[in-house]
Amino acid sequence: MNLLELRDLRKLFPVRDALGRRRGAVRAVDGVSLSVAQGEVLAIVGESGCGKSTLGRLALRLIEPDEGQVRFAGEDLRALSPAALRARRRDMQLIFQDPFASLDPRMTVEAAIAEPLRLHGVVPRGQESAKVAEWLERVGLRADHARRWPHEFSGGQRQRIAIARALASGPKLVIGDEPVSALDVSIQAQVVNLLQDLIRDLGLTFVLISHDLAVVRHIADRVAVMYLGRIVELGETEQVFARPRHPYTRALLAAVPGQGAKAPPLAGDVPSPMSPPSGCRFHTRCAHAVARCREVDPMLPSEAHAAACHLAAELPAAVAPHETETGGERLRRLQAFFTQGTAA
Amino acid sequence: MSTPVLELDSLSVGFATDRGLVRAVEAVSFRVAPGEMLAVVGESGCGKSVTALAVMGLLPGSAQVGGRILFDGRDAREAQRGRDLAMVFQEPMTSLNPAFTAGEQVAEALRKHRGLAPRAAFDAAVEMLSRAHIPDAARRARQYPHQLSGGMRQRVMIAMALACRPRLLLCDEPTTALDVTVQAQIMALLDELRRETGTAVVLITHDLGVVADRADQVAVMYAGRVVEAAPAAQLFATPQHPYTVGLLGAAPRLVGGGGRLASIEGTVPDPLNLPPGCRFAPRCPFAVARCNEAPPLAEVSPGHSAACWRAPLDQVLAA
Ligand SMILES: Nc1ncnc2c1ncn2[C@@H]1O[C@H](COP(=O)(O)OP(=O)(O)OP(=O)(O)O)[C@@H](O)[C@H]1O
Ligand SMILES: Nc1ncnc2c1ncn2[C@@H]1O[C@H](COP(=O)(O)OP(=O)(O)O)[C@@H](O)[C@H]1O
Ligand code: SF4
Ligand SMILES: [Mg+2]
Ligand SMILES: [Mg+2]
Repeated sequence: MNLLELRDLRKLFPVRDALGRRRGAVRAVDGVSLSVAQGEVLAIVGESGCGKSTLGRLALRLIEPDEGQVRFAGEDLRALSPAALRARRRDMQLIFQDPFASLDPRMTVEAAIAEPLRLHGVVPRGQESAKVAEWLERVGLRADHARRWPHEFSGGQRQRIAIARALASGPKLVIGDEPVSALDVSIQAQVVNLLQDLIRDLGLTFVLISHDLAVVRHIADRVAVMYLGRIVELGETEQVFARPRHPYTRALLAAVPGQGAKAPPLAGDVPSPMSPPSGCRFHTRCAHAVARCREVDPMLPSEAHAAACHLAAELPAAVAPHETETGGERLRRLQAFFTQGTAA
Repeated sequence: MSTPVLELDSLSVGFATDRGLVRAVEAVSFRVAPGEMLAVVGESGCGKSVTALAVMGLLPGSAQVGGRILFDGRDAREAQRGRDLAMVFQEPMTSLNPAFTAGEQVAEALRKHRGLAPRAAFDAAVEMLSRAHIPDAARRARQYPHQLSGGMRQRVMIAMALACRPRLLLCDEPTTALDVTVQAQIMALLDELRRETGTAVVLITHDLGVVADRADQVAVMYAGRVVEAAPAAQLFATPQHPYTVGLLGAAPRLVGGGGRLASIEGTVPDPLNLPPGCRFAPRCPFAVARCNEAPPLAEVSPGHSAACWRAPLDQVLAA
């Protein structure tokens, strides 16, 4: 069953000049349809400005689309009354990138996690503290952290608190907007492991917004690749990473460092989302582009592994990402000590 | 071996703060040979930027600096910033002047350090911008920083830094704020220009993939100290410090399994409250009683050193 269904979503942000005159609009999300199945982890990847966060906010109806539909558990979110939408909020939560900004500095950890519990009447009055303690332990903190303030915690700990706060109301759908991007690699690994445990144990449906392809590869069941407000490729993670079909996905994967010193796969910058190129939006940077690509806008077909590219069926076979092998068996045995404890 | 372009000999930097002395960098030693790229890797707060700022002489007045910094064998304070050594920062917007065009800023460096006349300097600046793969360089040279994309601004910074062919370029996370496809362009550009000019590069990064692709030598820092130093290929093939081993396991991979990441427990120590011996000991699964004393950075095999009592770690595996 699909928990979330997005149909032909479109969101434009008007752009004004210094005198307040309308100078056009950023086509942030420009015709996106996407379904997320119950219990699935779906990643939305793409470079800065391609519309990932806007799509996430549309899906939670934190902003209103100009066109299109959002259905949550079969219900049209746009048709809900404000009161009904507030009640629905319990089932849909967002985790932000910046753990420093997402917690109110004037709220103790206890107050931050108890707020959704109280707001949605998750536990009977007076029992919030016990529930907060339970959540703190579940995200790898201690019950006695409840009385402390956000500034007393490191970035990784704050992200754990933000995760506890997002999950406290018992949501069915969680959208993480770059939830581990601001963290250092050793802390990022801890939070990635935590998220994976929680997704599995709570049976969450999770939408991961990220620009980090390795993190996506690690966590997601399915991937949607975005370019200039559109989904250009959609499929199971394994498929998309091993056999990318869209030239943009191929370039994105080839650009990830750790594959040897290669020539850069793409030249130039992403065109302005105020006036995206005609036809296929990627044609200005695509090595394979033909006349049709400049004229006809390719649709995303409804296949299990789909690419919005006129040439998807004709392109030469993709080169799967090829990471430089490090350390081998010796390294794996040494790393096992980190998961198993001491080697004294 | 020829004289290193840069040699740090037991560099230490402390900051007196109202909460106490922050020992940001302690006893850091390394050498960079002419034309070579040394990568300095480690997580935020480990002292990478402070090390670079010390080399550039850009530390604030509150810094207490010990040890020696040698440029071409002489005290680095005698070297000229901009001509002999230059730096590229993570956020190009903070180091570009918003009131001048890209071309004017590169030309200014050329006038100041190479004594070119204004007209010749501007032409040379356009030439340099086009060598930095700025499309339509003559037009872009007349634009202001806010009219350029992030990747383009970083190219301007690199063009400006390399315009006077410095012997040493320090790059502090030059691509961290950029998208992967632009990052790939900038790294390829740095490599290309480095080979053309023979400039040695110190690349500060937290991305091990970038290090594996580009660096000749690597220094891994943890809590203000160098914990491992080796040629890049050797570091990745046989890491000898537990922290390096942990870092390599913590980074998710683009290929292969989706199992649990081998994460390092705990967090980096508070610089005001550092553990007495090995600073990695509280997080180290290999720690033994002796780790209460600070281990020296010692050679494990030729050219490969680690600051760990249990290195080479192969002993642990053999046991
Ligand atoms: N409130 C807004 N007003 C005007 N433009 C906006 C607004 N929010 C987003 N945009 C624009 O819409 C486009 C898509 O933005 P969005 O934040 O969704 O991108 P993103 O993929 O999340 O990028 P990033 O990886 O940088 O977070 C961008 O061009 C952005 O500048
Ligand atoms: N001006 C300063 N005053 C006090 N502490 C500082 C100052 N600059 C840096 N530090 C501290 O020095 C340590 C190393 O910082 P830095 O070199 O910036 O780390 P990074 O490896 O992330 O570049 C950190 O603990 C930082 O907080
Ligand atoms: S010296 Fe001891 S604590 Fe430090 S890294 Fe080596 S084994 Fe671990
Ligand atoms: Mg975003
Ligand atoms: Mg830094």
